[in-house]
Amino acid sequence: MTATEMGSNEQYNFEVVKKFAFMTIIWGLLGMSIGVYIASELAWPFMNMDIPYITFGRLRPAHTSSVIFGFGGSALFATSYYIVQRTCQARLVSDFLASFTFWGWQAAIIMGDISYMLGHTQSREYAEMEWPIDILIEIVWVSYLAVFVGTIMRRKQPHIYVANWFFMSFILATALLHTFNNLAIPVSLFHMKSYSLFSGTQDAMTQWWYGHNAVGFFLTAAFLGMMYYFVPKQAGRPIYSYRLSIVHFWALSFLYMWVGAHHLHWTALPDWTSTLAATFSIMLLLPSWGGMINGIMTLSGAWDKLRTDPVMRFMIVALSFYGMATFEGPLMALKDVNALSHYTDWTVGHVHSGALGWVAMISFGSLYHMIPRLWGTKLWSEKLVGVHFWLATIGVLMYITAMWISGITQGLMWRAFDQFGNLQYSFVESVAAMHPLYEMRAFGGMFFLSGMILMAINVMMTIRQGSTESAKATAAKLSMVNA
Amino acid sequence: MGWIYWFSSFNHTKPLALVIMFVTFVAIVFYVYGDRKRGERLENNKNIPFLDDESIKENEK
Repeated sequence: MTATEMGSNEQYNFEVVKKFAFMTIIWGLLGMSIGVYIASELAWPFMNMDIPYITFGRLRPAHTSSVIFGFGGSALFATSYYIVQRTCQARLVSDFLASFTFWGWQAAIIMGDISYMLGHTQSREYAEMEWPIDILIEIVWVSYLAVFVGTIMRRKQPHIYVANWFFMSFILATALLHTFNNLAIPVSLFHMKSYSLFSGTQDAMTQWWYGHNAVGFFLTAAFLGMMYYFVPKQAGRPIYSYRLSIVHFWALSFLYMWVGAHHLHWTALPDWTSTLAATFSIMLLLPSWGGMINGIMTLSGAWDKLRTDPVMRFMIVALSFYGMATFEGPLMALKDVNALSHYTDWTVGHVHSGALGWVAMISFGSLYHMIPRLWGTKLWSEKLVGVHFWLATIGVLMYITAMWISGITQGLMWRAFDQFGNLQYSFVESVAAMHPLYEMRAFGGMFFLSGMILMAINVMMTIRQGSTESAKATAAKLSMVNA
Repeated sequence: MGWIYWFSSFNHTKPLALVIMFVTFVAIVFYVYGDRKRGERLENNKNIPFLDDESIKENEK
């Protein structure tokens, strides 16, 4: 253990941060592997092997839960606990509660994944877990809120740094979303099945209020908190404009809550609700790009770091994908564009441009910065980080290009009419047209997963290196004491 | 209590919500950019991520 690590470990609770960071890697490997497998099932259906547990319908929620809540959630717990302690210069308020959030969160996702494979689901997107698991998540989340707020309350620094605002917003919004989206009546106390408290259009509205705000607060606001700390730290210079970050925070937190209904254009939803959601989606472009510019301009005057520092490259490319996805999102929220894009692979491509390009890349960059510091050592191989960067970038680009072409082709084929007013193509013709693009998507995923595997090797070796150095330092210290 | 029914119509509450939100947004922007001294004070907070390194060093001493 190096001197710095020893000092900071006493001052801060880094044990729970380490555990979450480690599980981020494990969930990344697992979740992305499932993703590649189900993408392959769509391209080569024999991979279903007539085994119900591994069909697309059951593995798909296992993929989304593992990557969003397992990989993304663990990364957020790790980084938020790290950032709140370091920016407040205070130890986490309760080691027990922090540890409970770790075990509770991991248990919830494991149980969720197993239950999906066994066929249990609420059929609510990104909230498929049945009611007993939902209750566990609720308890974990309230504990998380208590740890985070308690730590902020005991801060030594008078000002609460903006990254913590984003984390607070994410924790509060997720608590609200999880609670109301999962209001359901169980069939019986000892039965997994439950029925939603809402029905019809209200149910759809509740689901997409949750669904899009999961994107807005879980996958955006929280990762922006990560960005506002790790980009300045890695660049070695403060954020470009603190005042812009304040406007960014308030505008983003306020606007996101209204946009969920853009997932329900051209449905039974009242037209004004749909229009309101589209309008707010367009307005969201301003804070999103404000934040992106704020992050990228932090590098102003030090652009050479992009050439020399692969970790910085991850962060800046993540911000570029954030800008691209938040331009594409409002575009797709326009009713006329949505008429073409909805129910097609364009949506899948858009989600992955945000999830892989923004969420995963900013997490990779932040973990590469944080993990060596947690174990008091240097990265095992910077060269491997560079290789990971290119594998990930090529993978995302292949994925989203395939889905753009596939989605637009689907949209155009489904709306094409012949001279007699009949549909020009049958559905199966559109499926056949998608086949090469599904293969391309699966290969894109394989590139991305290969990068993740390299990261896992690099991180494990870094941890091993840190532990060896720490053991040597302790032995040297003991021998000095004995002498 | 009859006045409360005024809020039950979307034709009333939608423009009202717009006015409240717009005024709040302008107030935040004015607070952030309206005063030079306050602006400098706010900008100083951008250095917080770099202060913890010093705090760790002090702790080690």
